[in-house]
Order: sequence, then C-alpha cells, then structure tokens
Amino acid sequence: MRYFLRRTLHAVFLLFGVSLLTFLFSALTPGNYFDEMRLNPQISRETVAALRAQYQLDRPLPVRYAHWLMAVAHGELGFSFAYNSPVGPLLWVRARNTLFLTITAMLLAWLLALPLGVWSASRFGRAPDRVLSWATATLLVIPDLVLALGLLILAVRTGWFPTGGLASVGFENLSPLHKLRDLASHLALPVAALVLATLPMLVRHVRASVAEVLEASFLRAAVGHGIPHPKLLYGYALRAAANPLISLFGFSVGTLLSGSLLVEVVMSWPGLGPLLLEAILARDLYVVIGGVLLSMIFLVSGNLFADVLLYWADPRIRIAASAK
Amino acid sequence: MTPLLKVQGLHVAYSDRMGELCPALAGVNFDLGPGEILGVVGESGSGKSTLAAALLRLLPSNGKIQQGTVLFEGKNLLDASAQDLRKIRGGRIGLIFQEPGSSLHPTMPVGQQVSDVLAAHESLDRHTLSERTSQLLATVFPVDAERISVSYPHELSGGQRQRVLIAQAIACGPSLLIADEPTASLDPTTQQEILQLFQTVRQNFGLAIILITHNPALLVGLADRLLVLYAGRVAEIGPTARVLATPQHPYTAALWRCLPSHFRQSQGTRKTQMHVIPGDPPDLSIQARGCRFEPRCTARMEVCKSHEPGAVVVGERHEVSCFKFPG
Amino acid sequence: MQPLLRVENLVKHYAAGRPAPKDKSAALDGVSLSIPARTTLALVGESGSGKSTLALCIACLEHPTSGSIWFEGIDVVALDENQKRLLRPRIQLVFQDPASSLNPRWTALEIVSEPFFVQGRFSKQERSDKACTWLDHVGISPKMVSRRVDELSGGQKQRLAIARALALEPRLIVLDEALSALDCSVQAQISNLLLELQSSLGLTYLFITHDFAMAAHLADEIAVMDHGRIVESGPAEKILRSPGQDATRALLAATPGVPKTQSTLVNF
Repeated sequence: MRYFLRRTLHAVFLLFGVSLLTFLFSALTPGNYFDEMRLNPQISRETVAALRAQYQLDRPLPVRYAHWLMAVAHGELGFSFAYNSPVGPLLWVRARNTLFLTITAMLLAWLLALPLGVWSASRFGRAPDRVLSWATATLLVIPDLVLALGLLILAVRTGWFPTGGLASVGFENLSPLHKLRDLASHLALPVAALVLATLPMLVRHVRASVAEVLEASFLRAAVGHGIPHPKLLYGYALRAAANPLISLFGFSVGTLLSGSLLVEVVMSWPGLGPLLLEAILARDLYVVIGGVLLSMIFLVSGNLFADVLLYWADPRIRIAASAK
Repeated sequence: MTPLLKVQGLHVAYSDRMGELCPALAGVNFDLGPGEILGVVGESGSGKSTLAAALLRLLPSNGKIQQGTVLFEGKNLLDASAQDLRKIRGGRIGLIFQEPGSSLHPTMPVGQQVSDVLAAHESLDRHTLSERTSQLLATVFPVDAERISVSYPHELSGGQRQRVLIAQAIACGPSLLIADEPTASLDPTTQQEILQLFQTVRQNFGLAIILITHNPALLVGLADRLLVLYAGRVAEIGPTARVLATPQHPYTAALWRCLPSHFRQSQGTRKTQMHVIPGDPPDLSIQARGCRFEPRCTARMEVCKSHEPGAVVVGERHEVSCFKFPG
Repeated sequence: MQPLLRVENLVKHYAAGRPAPKDKSAALDGVSLSIPARTTLALVGESGSGKSTLALCIACLEHPTSGSIWFEGIDVVALDENQKRLLRPRIQLVFQDPASSLNPRWTALEIVSEPFFVQGRFSKQERSDKACTWLDHVGISPKMVSRRVDELSGGQKQRLAIARALALEPRLIVLDEALSALDCSVQAQISNLLLELQSSLGLTYLFITHDFAMAAHLADEIAVMDHGRIVESGPAEKILRSPGQDATRALLAATPGVPKTQSTLVNF
C-alpha cells in the first residue's frame, strides 16, 4: 500500500511540474489572444488594453500562475477567451466525445489483437504467421494521417459512411434505434482509423510475448500432461505472457485522451483534439493548459493503473513490492 | 507376460542450425513390465532426456524421431493420432520433466495446476474436481496440503515443487510414470524423501516407473532393472543387483569404478586419485562407424573400430552390447 | 604453526524484512573453525544450514554481524575496503554452476587472462602466455583455449573456473558445491585435478558440499553444519566411522547408495 501512496504523491508532483511548464511555455511564446485584435483597426488600443487587463494578461507571470493554481484548487480551470466561457465544462464535453471514440477503438483493437497475436505465435515462422507479420509491418509503416485520409476518401466515394461529425442533422428527432445506428455510422470511420493505427503494434507485442512463452519448460510440461490445445494457448501461454501486455494496456489507457488528435481533426470528430489545436493556434491560454493537464492526468493514471493491474495479476510482483 | 512398454529400434536425431542431423539415440531397445521400476543411467550427452521426451513425442521443434516403435499397452505411440496422444499424455503415462522450478506455471496456484490435469482427462463437476485435487495433494503432502494448494511455485521449496509435479503426474491414475532427473538440485534428505515417495506411489498404485538419472547411487534399493545409456545406445540392461555387482559392459564397469569408494562397498583409501574413464565424452555430431565407447575402452579390439556391437543376452533379462560377448 | 584460516564466533544475521536471496538466507549463529595450510576442510550440511553464507563471509563478499576471521594472521573483518581488495586474490571461490559464473560469450583464454588484465602490469603476450600455462595445468588442451564458454562441456567449464581461480595464485580456494552438478566420471576427474593441484601448488581447500561421499574422499577434516552452527567437527575418519551428532548421522544415512540401516561410512 505504501508503494501506491508513494506513486500517487509522485504523480501529484508530476502534475504540478507539467502545469508549470505548460504555463511557462505558453506565456513565453510571443503574442497572446488579443494580438489578433490589435491588427484590426476598428478596435482601439485602449479597448485592447482594457481587455487585456480584464483577463489579467498584463500581470507578471508568477502572479498569474498563483491565481490559476488557486482557481484549480477550487475546481475551476480558468476562462476561455475564444469561447467566452469557463474552461471546465468546455473541456468536459469535448473530452467525453473523445473518450467515447477512443474507448471503443481501444477495446476493439485489443479484442482483435489478442486472438490474432496468439494465433500468429502458435504458427510462428510458418506461412500464416509470415503473412500476418507482413501485413502488420505494412500497416505500421503507413502514417496515421494517410490511413485517416484514405478512409475519408472511401467515405466520400462510396457514400456508405458520413464524412464527419458526431451526429446527423435532426439527430434528436430519431427513434432510439435509429439514434444508435446513426451514432454507429458516424463512429465507424474514426474507430476504424484508430484501430488500424494501433492494431499492428499490439498484435506484434502479443505475438512476441506469447511466442517466447511457448518455448518455456512449463508449457512443454503442460503439453506432457495432456492439457487441451485452446487451454494451453489462452489459459497457460497468454496468462504467462500477460505481464508486458498488461503494462501495455495500462499505457493504452493513459493515451485515451491524447492519442486520437490526428484522427479527430481529419474526421471532424468533435473531441478534445480539435479544441486543443484551435486553442493553441489562437493562444487561448487556459484552454491549452487545461487540456494538457487533463491529458496528463490520464497518462499518469494510466501508468498507475498498469501498476495496479500488474500487482494484481502477478504474485511474484506482490512479493517484491511488499519486501521493499 | 506382455510388457507394458516395448521400445524397439528407436532412432532420434536433432537438426542443428545448419540443418545437419545429429543423432541423439540410435537403436534403443528395451521393455518394461507392469509395476516395474527401470532405472536409466546416463551421463550428459547419453540421450537420456531425449529418451524421456521421445517416448511421448515431446521433442523440441528441431528433434525428429527417425524410426522405431514404442508399443504402449499394445498401441504404437509413434503412430497415434494427435487426439489419442493427448489422452495418453497425463492420462495413461505421467511425465515429470527436469527442473521442478521451471516446469510449473509461474502465476498459477499449484492446486489449480493439479486440477487442470484432472480436468483435461476426466469430466468432473467442480465439487468432485476440488475433492480429488485435495486427495491428491494429501497423498504427496502429508501435512500442510491446504496451504500448499493455494501457494504459487516461487513460494515453495525445490522438494515441495517436485512433489507437486508428482501429484500432477499420478493425477489420472496412469500405468507408467517417466521421471527425468527428479532429484537433481535437491538436498540429500529431500532426495531420499522423494525417492521414498516413488516407492510408495508404486506400491499403492501399482504403476511402472522409468527413473532417469546421472547418479546410479540413487537407484540402489529402488530400481528393479538398470539400463545404462552411452552415446545414445543401450550399453547394458539387466537386473539392478546383477548390473551393480557384476557389470558386463566395459563402460558400466568403468563408471562404477569412478564412484566414491563407499558406494562400491569395497576398500578404498581417501585422498587418492580416483579411477577415471580416460578421454572425453563422444561428440555425436561426428559420424563414427564402430562402437562409440571404443576410444576410451580398456578392452577394445580391432572389430570395435569398424562395427557396432548388437545386443547379446548374458543372463536372465540381462543384455550387453559389446563384442566381448559372442552372439 | 598458526592455521591458514581461523574463524571465531562468526555471527551473521539478516535484517528482518529484507528479502535475502533464497539459498543464502541462512544466518550464522556463532561459527568457529580453523584450517591448517595445505589441508582440506569439508563443510557438510543441508541447504539452509548456512554453509554458503559462511563461504561468502570468508571470501570477504559479505560482512558478518560479529565475530572474527583470521587469514594468515590478519583480522579480515577489521580491514577497510581498500585493504580487503588487496587481500581478495589470496582467497578465491569456485561455484557450483560454472554456466552462471562464467560469461558464456567469452573464450576460455579471455576468461583466464582477465585477472591479469585487471592487475594491469602485464603485456598482452604475457597475459596470454600465463593464461595458457594455467589452462594447461587444469587439463584444457591448447586447441580448446579459443573455444567460447558455451561450447564447452560441464567438466571443461569447471576446469576453466578453477583455472581462473588459480590465475591469481591464491592460498585458499573455497569450493562451493563445485562438484555437485557434474556427472560421476567428470566428478572423478575434477576431484583428481584438485588433489593434484593441492600437492603441487600447496593449496588449501574449504570444500562445501551436501554430499558426504565426496567429502569423505577429499577431506582431511570434516565439519558438519546445521542451522547456522557447526554441530560436529574433527578428522575425517573419526566423523565417518563414529559420528556423534544426530545431524551427522542423518546426513550420512541420506547419502545415496548407503543402506537405510547404515549411518556410517565404514569402508575407510
């Protein structure tokens, strides 16, 4: 238990550090939100200055950071200049959409990767395994952007899938069943893009871990006891190969918020990605910091989650951890 | 009396990285009666572990059974279908590999590993399965069976792990047990306990045992017959007492002389040079035409260089492969 | 004449809660022994009796909790790290499993040359010559010296480990189960080698084993360890013919090949 308390404390410090750095970098980049306005001759210099003062952009950096920290302590993440609303709720809506997309994609990817990897490992070096390796290598090489664009082109050419967005016009008026279908059709392409992007690496990891275990003595011993083949592969081999895969799973959870930016932007999925991109370009300071912080929380929690899972799954780690 | 197991003309080879075939066993013949304990004695490179694996077709991917028959309860194991083979492994023949430490799944409680063997061969409901598992563990662990059942392999000592392997091997009531170096890396006291356990198991369940070891001293008082392997060939096979007291094959005789004096029950002086077998163990990747022991044999003859000796009967169930004996 | 090695009341406790390595977790509970020069003391006991812990303390690889170790008249425990480093070449260890104590990718020549390399005062040719001399001494023929460790047999690896130990010209060699993993005929060969080296180089051996048979063959004196203490010690014949303690008798009876009713080794 002490181990996890230590890790959690460590995580909190990490978050502090990240928020400070983000603040620093954003504030140090030349310009601010209102610079665009300055170029507009219709808005007077005094108005710009007044706006700046209103949003405290003329105060020194440490003061602004301290104010921001205090606000976070109260659960407020600051104010968005562009949307003219608090950052918190804004982020939350977008984050929810992102999570919807990424959780679906992650579950699908893992559900496909496990059997594919195990099957491939059990035929290691033979023709089917080679074909799969070739296919995953090809997919790995193709940049995510190309994959996403390719799918988009498919949508445009065939008209089978909508080309963007979360829901069609008039979504509210549909029956529940139709709502579901509509959602599914909008979800299909972004999920496909994400799955195609992450599946190859997962399959290779599963294959490598399982292949190594298949050579182990205890597996030969289990074959010698007449354990049936499916149980050998999943109950024995995969279970023993689980450690690196569990860590990988934990890290996948960590990238739930941050890994889909590209796909969201290309496919116009209203998630955190496009919001952050806009905010960075527009110097919408607090949105950027809020978004980065949220992603960091997920990342750190993901690591911690991986550790917890590993602790639960592997009794040898329990002994090592309690001995410390 | 029909033998339980009859091995004839078994040839096994391994292919190395270049694809060359390196023979590991050549022309192995022996049989085993029900309830009999056969001790297989061999040094490194003699092929003893290959024999254990080959009988159940469990060779690693670069091993190949080239020819021979392994008749078990009347059926040739080398011809058996994959399904039949799976039923025999663990069901009719129990196998205990070397290295108890690495023969158990690292992240599964040992009780479950024993249950899995039972579940693989018999369709039992959960309650019966759990009962049978407890009974089995109680057989090999007279005390503390409950606690051991939920322990993980790394929490157990070498002797305890070995007992779990034995429980797995006898779980489904096989008629034959093959144990490959079951007492290597164990303390003398634990060694004795494990060997005693084999005796008990043989008495209570009437199963035959093939016990493979590089230390012949372990087989005294335990094995009914001894089989001496050298360079993948059977040098000598016969009743234990006879082979120990009057070894016929020059290798067997030389091997016994290498053992510390007390074992040979003869006078010896301490801190003197022990008898050794001159020369090095044979390199099986190099082809040879004659007897493999010839370079190191004190009784070698001309014919030994060019021809391989066949098995000659020299007594009741006692055979030797050596040109010293006309046959 | 003073003994080469004298251990007095050695105590070694591992701190509670610290995960000590599995086979070295046994504590020492007041061990005393002495080994005269040019003799062999066999330390016999089960695993967990503390024999390996004792070996590590004597070889200055573990620091005892209390007690003293006198080597050639010097109190080893009281030395600082630098002084210990100067002393280490004189006490060498040979382990049970040569596969894990020798780097499998090095050649035999490289392994035996390394101690000379560390000492830093020999040229490459000198190192190679000295290494070859020692390899020859242990029976590794010149055509084997450039073989990699993983290409050697078990017996050859153990010879190599002995050659490496000899390269530093030690006075005391601690053999921790050095013969236990070898085949019978190879055990005999290495045993002969050890005896021959002892008489030609004047070595002293601390031979740690759980095999009474080999101990009986090689030792001048035998000490039996149980639960961190020496329960019985004395000249080999005496221990073998008339063991005094239960622990000794149990070990003798457990020796493979000895009939159950017998708890002595009378053929000596």
